[in-house]
Amino acid sequence: MSETFFHITAAVYFLATIVYSTYLFIRRDNLLKAAQWVIITGFAFHTATIALRWIAAGRTPATSFHESLNFFAWITVALFLFLLVKYKQRVLGAFVAPFALLLVITASFLPAEIVPLSPALESYWLPVHVILAFLGNAFFAMAFFLGVMYVIQDKYLKSRKLKGLYFILPSLETLDELNYKCLQYGFPLLTAAIITGAIWSEYATGSYWQWKHRQVWSLITWFLYAALLHGRLTAGWRGRKAAILSGVAFLCLISSFIIINIILGGAHGLSN
Amino acid sequence: MNLVIVGLNHKTSPIEIREKLSFPSGTIGEPLKKLVHGYGLAEGVILSTCNRVEVLAITGELEKGTQQIKRFLSDFHSIPLEILDEHLYVHQGEAAVKHLFRVAAGLDSMVLGEPQILGQVKDSYGYAVEHNTAGIIVNKLYHKAFQVSKRVRTETKIGESAVSISFAAVELARKIFGELSGKTAMLVGAGEMAELAARHLQTNGVREIMVANRTYEKAVELVKCFSGTAIMFREFPHYLKNVDIVIASTASPNFIIKPDQIHEVMKERRHKPMFFIDISVPRNVDPLVNNIDNCYVYDVDDLQGVVVANLQERHKEAEEAETIIVEEIDKFYRWIKSLDVVPTIIALRQECDAIRKAELARAMPSLQNLGPKEVKVIEAMTSAIVNKILHHPVTHLKREANKIEGDLYIDTIRKLFDLTVDEEAARKAAQSSDD
Repeated sequence: MSETFFHITAAVYFLATIVYSTYLFIRRDNLLKAAQWVIITGFAFHTATIALRWIAAGRTPATSFHESLNFFAWITVALFLFLLVKYKQRVLGAFVAPFALLLVITASFLPAEIVPLSPALESYWLPVHVILAFLGNAFFAMAFFLGVMYVIQDKYLKSRKLKGLYFILPSLETLDELNYKCLQYGFPLLTAAIITGAIWSEYATGSYWQWKHRQVWSLITWFLYAALLHGRLTAGWRGRKAAILSGVAFLCLISSFIIINIILGGAHGLSN
Repeated sequence: MNLVIVGLNHKTSPIEIREKLSFPSGTIGEPLKKLVHGYGLAEGVILSTCNRVEVLAITGELEKGTQQIKRFLSDFHSIPLEILDEHLYVHQGEAAVKHLFRVAAGLDSMVLGEPQILGQVKDSYGYAVEHNTAGIIVNKLYHKAFQVSKRVRTETKIGESAVSISFAAVELARKIFGELSGKTAMLVGAGEMAELAARHLQTNGVREIMVANRTYEKAVELVKCFSGTAIMFREFPHYLKNVDIVIASTASPNFIIKPDQIHEVMKERRHKPMFFIDISVPRNVDPLVNNIDNCYVYDVDDLQGVVVANLQERHKEAEEAETIIVEEIDKFYRWIKSLDVVPTIIALRQECDAIRKAELARAMPSLQNLGPKEVKVIEAMTSAIVNKILHHPVTHLKREANKIEGDLYIDTIRKLFDLTVDEEAARKAAQSSDD
């Protein structure tokens, strides 16, 4: 059942991506509204997928690579819908939909069977840790999309040739503020995820910190975002520069996430 | 009933013709009355603006009515019809409804989507009401036209993008700063264009406006108009760090705002964005300033380019507006139908049934020895008579109501039977078909 819903989710996200892309070209409001309904439908199926898998596995479905990608996509769309209601940044969906699609498609190529977690790792720290970590990642993903939107809008304004997306993208200041806000939420979440991860590691293996790949990489990401926030706060980094840096930091985060899952398999190789 | 529009606009005629044909609003009662009483038209409205003169009328016969309107225009302004005719356009029936909707929505205007025309159409209808030349059809038609215009404005972005240089500057500022409230602007040089742009900025929320001018007195004078601060011209660079929007319009032959200087300013203001509007020729702001992060420089040509881009975007919105209009024409006909025919039929039936019941009540006492069965037969028989008499009129009414001439039938039926249609029911029917 969960598998069927998973495929429907992927199909609906594909449709959402198409409708959003068409909107970017034609810029008709009806299309944007339609796209929103499509992504909401996709999210409903996605939620069902996650819930069924959660029940089937009896634990948070975010340990194998397949599960992690799927969970990350779900929490990103959830965050987008929340921001949509709160800040009315509707064009953001045109970035979220293909991103969620990409994650779900990649997940579909990976082994989907439910792998039992070693008893040592079974803990209440699992849901706390993964939800904090992925919510943080989702905020960083939003910061990245907002950064991309900023760079595009800045390019239009600098070139003084206004066309296409210029007419639908929000103002530079709005994009910059929201980018900053997403970092401000994402960073404490990442920090909390690292701390809970360490506690969980202590609980499972008896050691807080083992300098494993996962831990090293998350520390690097943490330092990158810390530097970016510091620069914004004290050195007046903003606008294009800050947008590009939030992009770089996010790409680092994503590649570390992929590399680690490929090298070590699920659950950061802690089970080995 | 048939609807005709005869008129001319900026596309079909030169200003020399338009000015001769215009009707001043102060004395519009006279031509309106002449149009309706002197030329045999049922209802009439005259729209006269600097870009168009149009006469809308309801007539018994389309072709005859069209000729009558043309004759009226020619007679009233003493211009031979041969000269006038080549500039005039004619819209009849559904095409006329569409034309009216398009005009009210600004789709037929010189500047696509401009909002003033709606006010002018409203005024023209107001004059017709005032001088009793607007009847049932014109009333319906114009209220629908106002609704359509509103819908076009809320559902498309046709009125949104700025199509004059100073508005374009304000819109750019919004795309950079988002909300303009709390932002500060500075005029360097106090030309007329700069003043206009400053006014637009202020109505859009800019908090503080500084004015620096070589003649300090002129700056002081200008500042009074929009409550700003006058500063000495040579001191303006010191204030730049607190300014978000700079409007330069001095007569200086050289650049007065240079990259080196702005580099320093940007550091001091922690790289908060700055927007330079350079409306001076020769230019006052070195274009290299645009290369500095978070600085945006637009000269007159750039702003002109923005206006062109906005107009193109409006054309795209106009396509969407056209589909709305087609939809609304369809709705309009259904609306007329539901407004008139249903309540009219109900009123007609009620009227006849009331007569039947009254007559029955009068006759019954003189008929004695009737059992309940006989009473029933008489009831059924009288009802059948009423229903059979009404059958054909009602069927025809229903069929004809789909056409624009349907109003004629409805009007006639109402007059012949002296029906008063329940206003409340009519309004409800109108609303439900409107949603």
